[in-house]
Amino acid sequence: MNLLVLLKMVPDVVEELDIASGGAGLDMDVARMALSESDDHALEQALLLKERMGGTVAVLAVDAAEVDDALFTALAKGADRALKVDAGGVSQAGTRALADLLARVIADGHNLLPVDLILTGTQAIDDLDGLVAPLVAHQLGLPYLGIVTEVTPEPAGKVASVVKEYSGGVRGRFEVDLPAVLGIQSAERPPRYVPVAKVRAAMKTQRIETVEAPTLADGGMALAEVKSMSKPEEAGRAEMIEGTPESASARLCGILADRGLV
Amino acid sequence: MPGNIWVLAEHWRGKISEITFEALALGRDVADQLGSKVEAVLLGHGAKDLASELGAAARVISADHPALAEVVPEVYAEALAQLARRERPAVVLTPLSNVTLGVGTLLAAKLGASAINFCKDVRVVDGKIEAHAVLYGGKIETKVAAATELVVLGIMPGARLPDAGRSAEPPAVVDEATVDLPAAPPIRFKEFIEPEAGEVDVTQQDVLVAVGRGIGSQDNIALAEELAEALGGVVCGSRPVIDQGWMSLSRQVGKSGASVKPRLYIAAGISGAPEHVEGIRGATTIVAVNTDPQAPIFAVAHYGIVGDAQDVLPALTEAVRSRRGKAA
Repeated sequence: MNLLVLLKMVPDVVEELDIASGGAGLDMDVARMALSESDDHALEQALLLKERMGGTVAVLAVDAAEVDDALFTALAKGADRALKVDAGGVSQAGTRALADLLARVIADGHNLLPVDLILTGTQAIDDLDGLVAPLVAHQLGLPYLGIVTEVTPEPAGKVASVVKEYSGGVRGRFEVDLPAVLGIQSAERPPRYVPVAKVRAAMKTQRIETVEAPTLADGGMALAEVKSMSKPEEAGRAEMIEGTPESASARLCGILADRGLV
Repeated sequence: MPGNIWVLAEHWRGKISEITFEALALGRDVADQLGSKVEAVLLGHGAKDLASELGAAARVISADHPALAEVVPEVYAEALAQLARRERPAVVLTPLSNVTLGVGTLLAAKLGASAINFCKDVRVVDGKIEAHAVLYGGKIETKVAAATELVVLGIMPGARLPDAGRSAEPPAVVDEATVDLPAAPPIRFKEFIEPEAGEVDVTQQDVLVAVGRGIGSQDNIALAEELAEALGGVVCGSRPVIDQGWMSLSRQVGKSGASVKPRLYIAAGISGAPEHVEGIRGATTIVAVNTDPQAPIFAVAHYGIVGDAQDVLPALTEAVRSRRGKAA
């Protein structure tokens, strides 16, 4: 089974996010980039399928800060190939341009075809102008399903049984013709941990293939323009209780008791 | 005359989704500002009768087709695209829910239209649509302008109160439209999988102590369990904790999991991403404990403590026990 995983770097929200002086973007000098969480699950799902069914896993990402780390980590976890698209600034232009770039790279060859399954995260925290999975599927003329938590290809590899989440714990089972693009919400197992030493070893013994950016139809212009960014307003914010864990807890407990909650 | 505001009327398992009413209320506000009308598009198979609940729309466009029985994003987007090419709406509001996710992106791609996700409000500024979108897990708010005449907006849950989009009256006009869809789609719905009954029903609890990634390790969940026990409640978790396998799926709170309505909800080590917040809107009192003072959870909580859940939970348990001890 030929599996391709699309990876995307996003600002790590565990870190402080600051707005750049222009007011319409993040201050990228402060932001730390990390692999989009559901992309990590997509990678895990691909590795699980490879273990179960045999085949190869290729990972493809557009160049961004820290992307080499993410790609070498994928190789250390068991991916067979890692490709990086030299974006030429397009990475800042939004998800639609990014998906366009990825779809063109896939269609252009680079030995990525034929592919049985293209997996990526169901949604990233900065997917302002669209989602990667349906956009890539649309451009390549492949079926798409998102919020996926289980993928079971039939042995012949023509069809897969795919489970997606709804709400309240209800899920739905679909039959999907392959090849297809799936947006993974969470893998069937938590993403595996790989020791730093193994990633370092991958850096020494394996390589990232660099792909030149294909030309985009509209120059990668975004169809949605961010006019301004702000941090959420303070209005309606929680009453903050200061102090040591003990003193703050005692005060909070008093407040809750006054409300009949303790 | 500007085009109308369309709302994709999401329904699931025979019921109109709450987010449809929220989107109708939002759509009506936008239509009023733009001087146009809000219209609901009801796609499905054997679901026509649901149109009677969509009276907040000036008109319902209903299309019935076997391929529309369950939402397959490509098929739904194709049906919407065919209708939109005929009727030329100005804005299409699509719910950002697990049922409908992906439809808006595909519709915009088919029509060459702007798509803007994560919208929690929509305004009209100088006659043009300006979307207020929430990015980076709720940490940043943006004002976004569309670059095309038609714009497809993905609407977050909670953009308006659902009651504002309900009407006792049926819609004035229901038009039945035809759509031409492939007979053999490459994605076929097979069955629903019901959740396994959990050992507890988190939707029925008065007190919930919820833990998120910030709890650090599976072992630390015991700290939340102790607090829950002291308060007479149970523990639940946000998605990362469930995905790690630290807690059973039946205890997941949020978009894919349960929507809860306890009197007291203590969120420990939970950042407050919109997907989680969606599940706790019914809680009466929310307390948040997080190391990050900028965490979005503090915008929805009533009381907040900046600190490590691993330190605060035991302290809070102790405080509750000592108060209970005194009361006894």
